Amino acid sequence: MSTVRPITASTTEPAWVRRLLIAAVLLLVMVMLILPLCAVFQQAFENGAAAYWAAIRDDDSVAAIKLTLLIAAIAVPLNLVFGVAAAWAITKFDFPLKNLLSTLIDLPFAVSPVISGLIFVLLFGRRGYFGPWLENHNIAIVFALPGMVLATVFVTFPFVARELIPVMQSLGRDEEQAAIVLGATGWQTFWRISLPNIRWGLLYAVILCNARAMGEFGAVSVVSGHVAGLNNTIPLQVELFYDDYNFSGAFALASVLAMLGVVTLILKKLIEWRTGIRADA
Amino acid sequence: MSIEVSHISKSFGGFQALNDINLKVESGELVALLGPSGCGKTTLLRIIAGLEAADEGSVVVEGKDATNQAARERGVGFVFQHYALFRHLSVLENVAFGLRVRPRSLRPSNAEIKTKALELLRLVQLEGLEKRSPSELSGGQRQRVALARALAVEPNVLLLDEPFGALDAQVRIELRRWLRRLHDDLHMTSVFVTHDQEEALELADRVVVMNKGQIEQIGTPQEVYERPASPFVYHFLGSVNLFHGRVHNGRATIGSLDIAAPDDLINTESKAVGFVRPHELEISRSPNGKATLQARVSHIHAVGATIRVELVDASTREFISAELTRSRYQELALVVGDQVYVTPSNIRVFAADLDFSI
Amino acid sequence: MTAVASPKTARTKTRSLRVIPGFGLSLGYTVFYLSIIVLIPLSTIFLKSAQIGLSGMWRIMSDPRVLAAFNLSFGSAFAAALTNVFAGVLIAWVLVRYRFPGVRLIDALIDLPFALPTSVAGISLAAVYANTGYLGRYLESGVIGLPALAGHHFALHFPPVKIAYTGHGVYIALLFIGLPFIVRTVQPVLEELGADVEEAAASLGASRWQTIVRVIFPMMLPALLTGFSLAFARGLGEYGSVIFISNNKPFEGEILPKLIIEKLEQFNYPGATTIGVLMLLASFALLLTVNVLQRWASRWQ
Repeated sequence: MSTVRPITASTTEPAWVRRLLIAAVLLLVMVMLILPLCAVFQQAFENGAAAYWAAIRDDDSVAAIKLTLLIAAIAVPLNLVFGVAAAWAITKFDFPLKNLLSTLIDLPFAVSPVISGLIFVLLFGRRGYFGPWLENHNIAIVFALPGMVLATVFVTFPFVARELIPVMQSLGRDEEQAAIVLGATGWQTFWRISLPNIRWGLLYAVILCNARAMGEFGAVSVVSGHVAGLNNTIPLQVELFYDDYNFSGAFALASVLAMLGVVTLILKKLIEWRTGIRADA
Repeated sequence: MSIEVSHISKSFGGFQALNDINLKVESGELVALLGPSGCGKTTLLRIIAGLEAADEGSVVVEGKDATNQAARERGVGFVFQHYALFRHLSVLENVAFGLRVRPRSLRPSNAEIKTKALELLRLVQLEGLEKRSPSELSGGQRQRVALARALAVEPNVLLLDEPFGALDAQVRIELRRWLRRLHDDLHMTSVFVTHDQEEALELADRVVVMNKGQIEQIGTPQEVYERPASPFVYHFLGSVNLFHGRVHNGRATIGSLDIAAPDDLINTESKAVGFVRPHELEISRSPNGKATLQARVSHIHAVGATIRVELVDASTREFISAELTRSRYQELALVVGDQVYVTPSNIRVFAADLDFSI
Repeated sequence: MTAVASPKTARTKTRSLRVIPGFGLSLGYTVFYLSIIVLIPLSTIFLKSAQIGLSGMWRIMSDPRVLAAFNLSFGSAFAAALTNVFAGVLIAWVLVRYRFPGVRLIDALIDLPFALPTSVAGISLAAVYANTGYLGRYLESGVIGLPALAGHHFALHFPPVKIAYTGHGVYIALLFIGLPFIVRTVQPVLEELGADVEEAAASLGASRWQTIVRVIFPMMLPALLTGFSLAFARGLGEYGSVIFISNNKPFEGEILPKLIIEKLEQFNYPGATTIGVLMLLASFALLLTVNVLQRWASRWQ
């Protein structure tokens, strides 16, 4: 008997081609993704753990971490409420210009972070449309906290809506209608039926939105005053350290953000796994 | 509770889903809305439930105008086609939902709610499954949970949208009989939508046959099957033979048949079509003196109690389908190629300008 | 027949009713919030550019420094997106089709550029490609030493290349940023393709190569172009990761977003606005392309 040819041969490649392609992908992922990730932590700990902790506990670093948390704590809930409202309107009802609305929600994705900052400078900056009025009334928006919050809200605007719309679309409207026919009020239907059904999607959206809010650099950079200890977020403080050749400080803070990114990735995968299980059951 | 639907019309964009529908469902009746997909039957059901608003017309439940009542105030039980069970709640909590969302003053105690829900689960023969999640149930079980959930709020009327549509043939027949028994026990006014004629004829007290947004006929299963009011109903309920001919001077000439024209066509002069069910054709070896057609046997399906015989009309070359009992078949000793005479025992003639399409 | 027509139910117009509540509230809030956060702020840049006028914008754009930045931004974004088409298809194919240890880990890692803040990506890429970095030390020396074989030392020689703190860095950063766009748009299409289509092609006598070229590739094409457009658009606007690895020198490593910041720092609002509007229009054009592509792709469904 000669060797039996596997019957799947017609829809796959010879073994040597498969191995070659897999090797190429491993090399690509190694060079493009893993090396940069390793570099952050290697550089952060280059001068030892003590230097690492000193850099993190630096007054400016602590102030930057606090400011970053504050901005995210404002921006994420705002976009969360909006995202739920938008997804509710778009998936539970039919109305004219729905596609246009859906496209407009995605708009900030198409805007460069620098332009996202620029528009708020044009509005509220010293030579902006409302600049003189704000200056007369002693209100600071640009180069202060409100501007940084606005820019962050703008940049992270679509995240929650974008995640929720497909989830709610696939759930349909039947369960809500069933609840209403059974006598539930609108709020009862929302809290008892709709919200529990989208809880994983919602969590997922909040995690992504938060990661982006904390890591946003370009937009916030344009509207920040860049004063260390006052209006620098973590990414801005990283830049400041880096430009001052304080590499251990820059990489130590960057490693905090990198960990945020890695944790986001892990949570994302866990939720995908979790919801995958639920969908199969 | 009776339901009275008057002059209901509804269109979606340019599509006329319902056109001036009038229907009265008596208290305690089980009515089927039967028709092909897109005929408007589900839309009508949803309008009765308040899940859809009619463009015109009114819905009266037990003498009370419900047209402008919100769905949650109508007190109807609705069983959705794909059940719409709350996937994050257990079977028990699904059934209990309608009671739990009542305003505090009308809400039974937790213990009462639980007792009631368990009682209903026993009624739909699902005791012991109350802790399961809907995803752990079979299709038939989900269907019964949906029913128990709808019954929990003690609705005035029960509305079911294609209640057996998503089930296997075997489960479907079982559940159909079970639902009939349940209805006989509870005597709740019920309306269900189906596209399956067998289901409608077997289950319902009365059948409403719908087509293209209009009601074609309302009647008992026997009435609509035996005396279809229109070519459409003939086509939709069971198989039928068509014979083309003319109406002239109060006589209908259909092939070699010559019979009295129906009353409504006595004064008309037009092309006509005669409708004959396969079992309404008699086959004989010799002309029997009555109006007959000559035909040749082309195929015989001799499986089961009823023998189906395919014939070719000798003059028109068209196919004719006949059914006869096994004893009659053996008596005739038919074989393929035999020349026989075919006599309709019952023929219904319609003018040919009517729309026959389904 | 029990069709009824009681006198009191003459044709009445019923009020329109929405079963699920909250339409006015949710849509109203959506439109309001969208307007104050996105539409009104974004419209100011167009308002501003209208004040500058076409001739003014033309004058700003024809500045050689702006043109150089324009070339660098568009050129790097295009080249990086194009490279990523090949890398992305390869990765998507291997992830969907082959089973090997670590496949799930690699699948998770693909999203790293989405999850990693851009400034972190920037400094880490700079560290990798600097003359002391993991790759930079070899690339800048022009020699890669290979392990000793049978007592002989081998080395691979090539022209030295400097990446960190040069214009090439822009391309490297955009390569990193754009990779997930291609993988994540192509991957679902490949998953959905299923073996049956290929089996059908094979049973009709097509060779493996014919199947790939005539069946798989055409079905993948809309997703490929979508991924390319998304990566290109993202690359055009990218700021954070680029400025750390580029030297940001005019005519060398200065990208358009960096130039906008330069102009803003000199309070040159017209300059910043002009560049911004042109970048926006390019992004919108790409977004429109993606929309058209999606419609084209859905014609098979």
